[in-house]
Amino acid sequence: MSIFKDARHLFRFVGIFVLMFIVFLIVRHFIVPKSFGEYGHYRGAAMGEIAAHPIHFAGHQACETCHVDVQDVKKNGKHAHVNCEACHGPLAKHAEDPASVTPTKPDTATLCVRCHAASVARPKNFPQVQAEEHSTGLPCETCHQPHSPAMTAGGAK
Amino acid sequence: MSGVEGYMYPNEVTLYWSVLIVLYPYITGLVAGAFILASLERVFNVAAVKPTYRLALLTALSFLIVAPLPLVLHLGHPFRSPEMYFTPHSTSAMAMFGYVYLWYLMAVLTFEIWLDYRLDIVRLSQKSRGLMRVIYKIMTLGSSNISERSLHIDERIGWVITLVGIPSAFLLHGYVGFIFGSIKANPWWSSPLMPVVFIFSAMVSGIACVMVLYMAITKLRGKTIDMKCVDTIAMYLFYTFIIDFSLEMLDLIHRIYEADESFRSLDFMVHTKLFFSQIVVQIILGTLVPLILLAVTQVTSLPEIARKRIYSIAGALTLIGIFAMRWNVVIGGQLFSKSFLGYTTYKMSLVTKEGLLVSIALILLPLGILWVLVKLLPPWTDEPASEGVAAD
Amino acid sequence: MKITRRQMLILLPAAAVAWEHVLAGTPEASPNYTMSEHWWSMLIDIPKCIGCGNCVRACQEENDVPNGFFRTWVERYHVSDEDMTNPVVISPDGGKEGFPPVAKEDEGKYFFVPKLCNHCADSPCTQVCPVGATFIAPDGVVLVDQKYCLGCAYCVQACPYGCRYIHPQKEVADKCTLCYHRITKGLTTACCEACPTGARQLVDLKNPNDPIHEFLRTHAVQILKPQMATGAKVFYNELDGSVR
Repeated sequence: MSIFKDARHLFRFVGIFVLMFIVFLIVRHFIVPKSFGEYGHYRGAAMGEIAAHPIHFAGHQACETCHVDVQDVKKNGKHAHVNCEACHGPLAKHAEDPASVTPTKPDTATLCVRCHAASVARPKNFPQVQAEEHSTGLPCETCHQPHSPAMTAGGAK
Repeated sequence: MSGVEGYMYPNEVTLYWSVLIVLYPYITGLVAGAFILASLERVFNVAAVKPTYRLALLTALSFLIVAPLPLVLHLGHPFRSPEMYFTPHSTSAMAMFGYVYLWYLMAVLTFEIWLDYRLDIVRLSQKSRGLMRVIYKIMTLGSSNISERSLHIDERIGWVITLVGIPSAFLLHGYVGFIFGSIKANPWWSSPLMPVVFIFSAMVSGIACVMVLYMAITKLRGKTIDMKCVDTIAMYLFYTFIIDFSLEMLDLIHRIYEADESFRSLDFMVHTKLFFSQIVVQIILGTLVPLILLAVTQVTSLPEIARKRIYSIAGALTLIGIFAMRWNVVIGGQLFSKSFLGYTTYKMSLVTKEGLLVSIALILLPLGILWVLVKLLPPWTDEPASEGVAAD
Repeated sequence: MKITRRQMLILLPAAAVAWEHVLAGTPEASPNYTMSEHWWSMLIDIPKCIGCGNCVRACQEENDVPNGFFRTWVERYHVSDEDMTNPVVISPDGGKEGFPPVAKEDEGKYFFVPKLCNHCADSPCTQVCPVGATFIAPDGVVLVDQKYCLGCAYCVQACPYGCRYIHPQKEVADKCTLCYHRITKGLTTACCEACPTGARQLVDLKNPNDPIHEFLRTHAVQILKPQMATGAKVFYNELDGSVR
């Protein structure tokens, strides 16, 4: 009986702990997001939020729905497997609203050498040129049609 | 891209764990070390260190209050830090921090200090006036029971708490070592010895800290230093330091002998970017010199004044050396590329959130808290506790 | 060639409907996506990489990657025959604008290595996250919940590949999402879309018709730092032993 009396202050100290723990549990209940733990130890809703980010590259399937003619030129040439946006850049806005968003035409002077400038570091079987010697300053499309660049295609047009 | 030598993965150029993360293990180390020193008296009955028992506890508490600050300040989103309590990730060593910290703060340190001071608190609550009276009244938790029986219960419970406190102190700091030691991606950190080295270096720094503080404060108070006490502390410091140094050397020799894929890169780093902080400050100035100084006091019988000076110098050097050790672990671990092909540079800023001024403030803050605590709960055994405060 | 949106809808209703979902940008709008049916990863065909930097630029445009940080980057290795295990590696601005020319006299072997998050199945980064702000989604993609991330950077330390960084403005961990907003809508990643040589290919290991299965059976495929046992899922064809 009196041991409890003489240890009462200890129970008060412990009581504060218990009280804080209960407050913690209550706060936790309200603070932790509802979707937390839905799939694992994370907020399940996060995946939906990340998936909802806007896209910038439309993807070649979108291009090909309209630009069938370019597809026809490309399909038998060396660039058959180069996607449109690899050279033309991200054009989701154009795909969404073709009428008002007009893409700018890439400049072949800087575009082509990005891939085809000769470098020892590049794979040997990849077509590469020393730009100055090769074209003596002429734009690439003088001789090559970018969508089907082989010379046998009869040069530019 | 300045400050990069060789090749870093592009995202490695920026260093994310700044000087604040150096402070964090340093401060928790002081906490753990000071507590271990306090427990010497209580659990291992080393009567000689009695004059520092309460001071060690208050030191531990004031550093512990500050310990999470550098962590929280370093976070990109400090206000999200309660998530660590609400949704702790069971596989993360860092998630444990919140719980171990709270456990140690509340169940160990505060509880033990409260039990130990309860008699003083109750007396002070009756003696003092005004605001202080209210503060002490609150601290009594409304119980002024200071019967012999209740104090006896306090004594027994306090002993148990100290007993529980020792592994808790090891846990508090050992897991800080584990945070680093368990990162397999980083060969500078990844080592099972890391938690052990952290614990022993913590004990070294904590013991040195309390020793220096005790001597400094006693001097400031114009009292005489209890040399038997300081001699004993210095002896424990010496032996703990030997264990700590052996462990660190074991780790070093192991790395040099194994010379795995990371060795060439790390070896180069130690000889260049880390040469000053690792070889000069940590090993020579911060370890070998204090060890030699302490060894001299152990094998010879020097006069009191010489011992005092040696202890002060050795203690201060030890504190610097352990800080350098934390620096070399935290910063050193981010200076080299995980490709082992290059190095980056850490540039400490001055006034930013993670700059020099904030770190200095964070180092001084515990001393300020300690000053308040000492005023509030006088730890001195050479004068009655109640007198010191009644005069205020 | 002027085709209005209306005509496009008439032309290919199915594709256009899918496109509507893409534009709507909501996961609810891609109702055919079931997470448990996918296990995403990527194939990097080293002999095909020409170091043009298209992938790096595409990634930055698609994902608004801050300057100086990279969700994907390209490294150029130079391995001399005298010191096979210590290559000289460069990645100027992540290889975004290509690489400087190589003097013909410089002996040795050169090749490009595109890097990105390996979307590890036993990822060390998600293991260390204290709050569950980064995780492996049920479809195998390692993601960051930027609304939950503390910005402690522990995951940055834990990644053996240097794929993570702290976003300088958002102050949370950021990394490759494998274009989660695209692949969940049936598109490929921005880097794969922009790669001119097919050196990067999005892979779905749970899709029995994915050519990856045949590829893995018939090629010398490696992952990065296999000694780290991270369960890395980005597969490298003909990876040189000096790559780290």
